[in-house]
Amino acid sequence: MFLREASLKRHTVLDLLFRNLTRVSAFGVLVLLAAIIGSLVVGSMPTIHAFGFGFLTSSDWDPVNDKFGALIPIVGTLVTSAIALLIAIPVSFGIAIFLTELSPRILRRPLGVAIELLAGIPSIIYGMWGLFVFAPLFAEHVEPWLSDHIGAMPYVGPFFSGPPMGIGMLAAGIILAIMVIPFIASVMRDVFEVVPTLLKESAYGLGATTWEVMWKVVLPYTKVGVAGGIMLGLGRALGETMAVTFVIGNAHELSKSLLMPGNSIASALANEFTEAYGELYTSALIELGLILFFITFVVLSLARYMLFKLGQREGQVS
Amino acid sequence: MNGKLRQFVIGITAAAALACAGASRATGITGAGATFPYPIYAKWAEAYKAQTGIGMNYQSIGSGGGIKQITAKTVDFGASDMPLKPEELDRNGLMQFPTVIGGVVPVVNIKDIGAGQLKLDGATLANIYLGKITKWNDPALVALNKDLKLPADNITVVHRSDGSGTTFIFTNYLSKVSAEWKSTVGESTAVSWKAGIGGKGNEGVAANVQRMKNTIGYVEYAYALQNKMNAVQMKNRDGQFVKPEDSSFRAAAAGAQWDKAPGFYKILTDEAGKGSWPISGATFVLMHKVQEKPATGKEVLKFFDWTYDKGGKLASDLDYVPLPENVVKLIRAAWKAQIKDATGKALVQ
Repeated sequence: MFLREASLKRHTVLDLLFRNLTRVSAFGVLVLLAAIIGSLVVGSMPTIHAFGFGFLTSSDWDPVNDKFGALIPIVGTLVTSAIALLIAIPVSFGIAIFLTELSPRILRRPLGVAIELLAGIPSIIYGMWGLFVFAPLFAEHVEPWLSDHIGAMPYVGPFFSGPPMGIGMLAAGIILAIMVIPFIASVMRDVFEVVPTLLKESAYGLGATTWEVMWKVVLPYTKVGVAGGIMLGLGRALGETMAVTFVIGNAHELSKSLLMPGNSIASALANEFTEAYGELYTSALIELGLILFFITFVVLSLARYMLFKLGQREGQVS
Repeated sequence: MNGKLRQFVIGITAAAALACAGASRATGITGAGATFPYPIYAKWAEAYKAQTGIGMNYQSIGSGGGIKQITAKTVDFGASDMPLKPEELDRNGLMQFPTVIGGVVPVVNIKDIGAGQLKLDGATLANIYLGKITKWNDPALVALNKDLKLPADNITVVHRSDGSGTTFIFTNYLSKVSAEWKSTVGESTAVSWKAGIGGKGNEGVAANVQRMKNTIGYVEYAYALQNKMNAVQMKNRDGQFVKPEDSSFRAAAAGAQWDKAPGFYKILTDEAGKGSWPISGATFVLMHKVQEKPATGKEVLKFFDWTYDKGGKLASDLDYVPLPENVVKLIRAAWKAQIKDATGKALVQ
């Protein structure tokens, strides 16, 4: 009796300890997050005081005269990420459909592993490949065609004109797409695989084509997971540093054309932080970091909200 | 079993104690800063340790970081490619001295133009980087290169995207030779470029220049040499066209009047002298004038003293240029006069 009580007591203590340990870990993340935001805000105080909201809309970047603005890197970050998603989402969708529905069983595993391996390649490798292999080919074969054919069109023309340099916003977007495809594709494949066979078989039984099954049965069933995969990819695209630095051209220049060099927040930070000297210069870079943090936060919240709304509407329809 | 365990524990403790003792005996000196001199500082540290047993740990985190760390006194010396102005030195109680000389070399990739054939002068180079000269057959370029057939193609300008001492020396030179450059762009480790694309590091600039036709960029001399890049000839202050080579950097260093530069604030651009390469520059070390730990401070000075005596050969091997004898003499005098311990006693007699 006595022994049993003692062991029970020990268990309660252990339980309590364990619970608090997990609690500390969980709240530790919050504390860390708050600390990061706090230090970013404190670090960017000098530029916030000096430029205020003008920092967001100014395209200046002149370390010599201490004049800074974040417009160019913000635009670069958003545009390259948008290009990346525009390419990566359809391609990943195709990969996932093929792997779950169409691929011969024998190919599934090797293809799946190959995609996961792609996700593990360090980003600098993508950057170097982009600069040394992709950019020359792009400059020689794709960009001249783009500026000759699309560059002359009305409306979209200005986005595709300029000298073929091989590097620039479009090149950075394409490299980013290649980098995020493995993430999005493998999440999509995983969620497509959990769709109950019964649902799919019923649709096939009613005479639906593969496309109809994917689009009308599988996708609605898995949309939360798919959106999650896309967000994962977007998160990576927004914050990607090394690969973008290699191919974006790193020019603090606002240009309409996607073939021209630009800059992104992460690559500006990577490039300039080490040699930034002077309070305002360092502070401007830290504020860029804060803005990137903010953009990521807003994008993720928007995605959550969208999913929430979708879920609500679904309830009403059925 | 128990005996064995005890032996094991004793063994571990003894080993740990030994390791601690070893660590405390070999307290080396630490420095942080510029990336440009990192290869030679590392080489010197290795040779110095082999001779004296005293290690030097140098972190190449960038000049900006080096200045921050020495100001915060987390390292024994800082290193910067951009010298601090005398008033900045005074504000932080620092003194600086040069260690080795390097240079910046404009490199090009133009169809049918061989290595070292293209000739440029400062004003033309500035106008190319200002985006005012946009074609290789611009009259200004043709006038300098009457014997070459320059193509009618657009010039693609490549610059550094990261902050860099190389950029500082380059823009300092352009500011000296072009009033427009000075007023619209200026000089710093990173500037607001008027034209072109940015490459990260020497290798990023080199990759863009070598990969694209009709490009011009600028890289460190050693980097251009080791990668066999097509360097241009520059017209120097005396109106001579010179090639970037060991002798032309030495000429630039020899021609400079260091004794008239307070705080060694001297950038070796646009120096007089028939054979001097116009875009050279020294890299600098920063130390506190008042050394709180005089023993460590003394070791730092001993280390650099040794590099001036014995490090020249190693520097030349890595394509850096050692400082001329008269400059070293000035530096030693400055140590004696400026670096003191807390009581005001000079560290070196």
